[in-house]
Amino acid sequence: MLKVTNLQKTFNPGTVNEKVALCGLNLELKDGEFVTVIGGNGAGKSTLFNAISGVWKPDYGTIEIDGVDVTNMPEHKRAQFLGRVFQDPMKGTSPDMEIAENLAIAARRGTKRKLVWGVRKAERARYKKLLADLDLGLEDRLSSKVGLLSGGQRQAVTLLMATLNKPKLLLLDEHTAALDPKTAAKVLALTERIVRENKLTTLMITHNMKDAITYGNRLIMLYDGNIVVDISGEEKKNLTVQDLLGLFEKASGGEFASDRALLN
Amino acid sequence: MSFLFALPGAVAEGLIWGLMAIGVYISYKILDIADLSVDGAICTGGCVCAMLIAAGVPVWASVLIAFVAGALAGTLTGLLHTALGIPAILAGILTQLMLYTVNLLILGGKSLVAIDHRANTLLLHMSDNPTAIVSAGLIVAATIVVLWLFFYTEVGLTLKSTGDNPDMSRAQGVNVKFNKVLGLAISNGIVALAGALYAQYKGSVSLQDGRGAIVIALAAIYIGLSVSLKIKPNFVVSLIGVVCGGVVYYIIYNFVILLGLKTDYLKMLSAVIVALFLGVPYLKGVLFQKQKPLPIQAVTGGNKDA
Repeated sequence: MLKVTNLQKTFNPGTVNEKVALCGLNLELKDGEFVTVIGGNGAGKSTLFNAISGVWKPDYGTIEIDGVDVTNMPEHKRAQFLGRVFQDPMKGTSPDMEIAENLAIAARRGTKRKLVWGVRKAERARYKKLLADLDLGLEDRLSSKVGLLSGGQRQAVTLLMATLNKPKLLLLDEHTAALDPKTAAKVLALTERIVRENKLTTLMITHNMKDAITYGNRLIMLYDGNIVVDISGEEKKNLTVQDLLGLFEKASGGEFASDRALLN
Repeated sequence: MSFLFALPGAVAEGLIWGLMAIGVYISYKILDIADLSVDGAICTGGCVCAMLIAAGVPVWASVLIAFVAGALAGTLTGLLHTALGIPAILAGILTQLMLYTVNLLILGGKSLVAIDHRANTLLLHMSDNPTAIVSAGLIVAATIVVLWLFFYTEVGLTLKSTGDNPDMSRAQGVNVKFNKVLGLAISNGIVALAGALYAQYKGSVSLQDGRGAIVIALAAIYIGLSVSLKIKPNFVVSLIGVVCGGVVYYIIYNFVILLGLKTDYLKMLSAVIVALFLGVPYLKGVLFQKQKPLPIQAVTGGNKDA
């Protein structure tokens, strides 16, 4: 479903701030795989996501989604293949617009938008049902401005928007990191359900090792712009946080202590 | 008494500037771009309309072509901003300056061209204020209805989201750059339409027309929204509020003239009004910020946890 080949990206090349963010990363995702992504700060997790979503072009390498080479495709065109949820709950929704309008914009991702009514009656009924499934009491607030919702509610709505049109690939960039633990758990459970029900191919960045082990059927660890650990199947099921810390220490060559706090 | 006599003229002029303010509302409030090209576009609208009427083109067609000319100016600003990466405010200033030359060329090198309201049946003219109020009112109403319909279409919704959250828009497959150009074209088109009406109302167009127009539009927007947002914060009510803001502004304007202020000083008045509307809420926030206990949740999401 996703094929990333020899991806390279350096920020501020030729300056004192030069930072090699990705150095020849290769990654292949099979249809329906749910991959959790971990790694310390600056390992290249978000850079990988930005490259896949087309925020900028990589220096070198190719990105294929479902057999289509999207390396040079602009961000808004690539969106037809992708569902994205950001770390910042403010980023994924339009605050000054109604919940229904936000969902309607998302429902037309990948289609040519026309001069016809933007939110139709039949749609409202469908959104109402989907919102009721979220179990957040949003089903009767279709006409509320999204800006009035809490961070957790906004992330749930963003998740719904990302999956309304089944995406080829769902990108979750630490989407529960800004939420309180209880809300985070709820949004994660919701994520798991939506991914399972729709059999979505998913990449999920997390800073929580336990979540990285619990969720998904494959785990990759990034370090210094490359994948250093790639575990799936039975091996992943039997993984413990202790194992992961050991793997991380081995990969980083003793940087354990400094990064430990980030990988709780 | 003389103030009452001036009132119909103030209303007519206020409606025209209210229309202009609707155009600015689209760029400033919806797209979140401070577009200064409107100062040039309003004059372009007047110039195009005046020259076409003089050349014997029907008045209604002249007004429509003025709209198109404004839309082209907006497209230029949009392309300077999106295709060449020039900051929006500077792109607007560049277009404004280019339009000065364009306007001079349209007027054939003259700095003032008169529109003969006796030889042509104009849509509105200051010699007949009641008719002018009806004509301007109808055009404003039609514009509001068209915009209201447009901004609830699939395309219109993405125009709103482009200004409100460009990150979200791109993630949902919206071509943010295209939308900015489209929005600026519509905005400047409406502004030029207002310019065409204004030139007819005055019976002339001058190269100086439009200088500081954006400030008048902003004054109308802030005056209007200060009331309309309290009534109902929705799109149509906001647009109606903006038009009323334009009318109120011109009533104040005429009142101040009657008090004996020279018209030359009135640009100061518009700027001060806008500065007050922008500055006072900020100062209020800084000076009178009281410590309040944090609300549990501003708006509750039913009785379930988020």
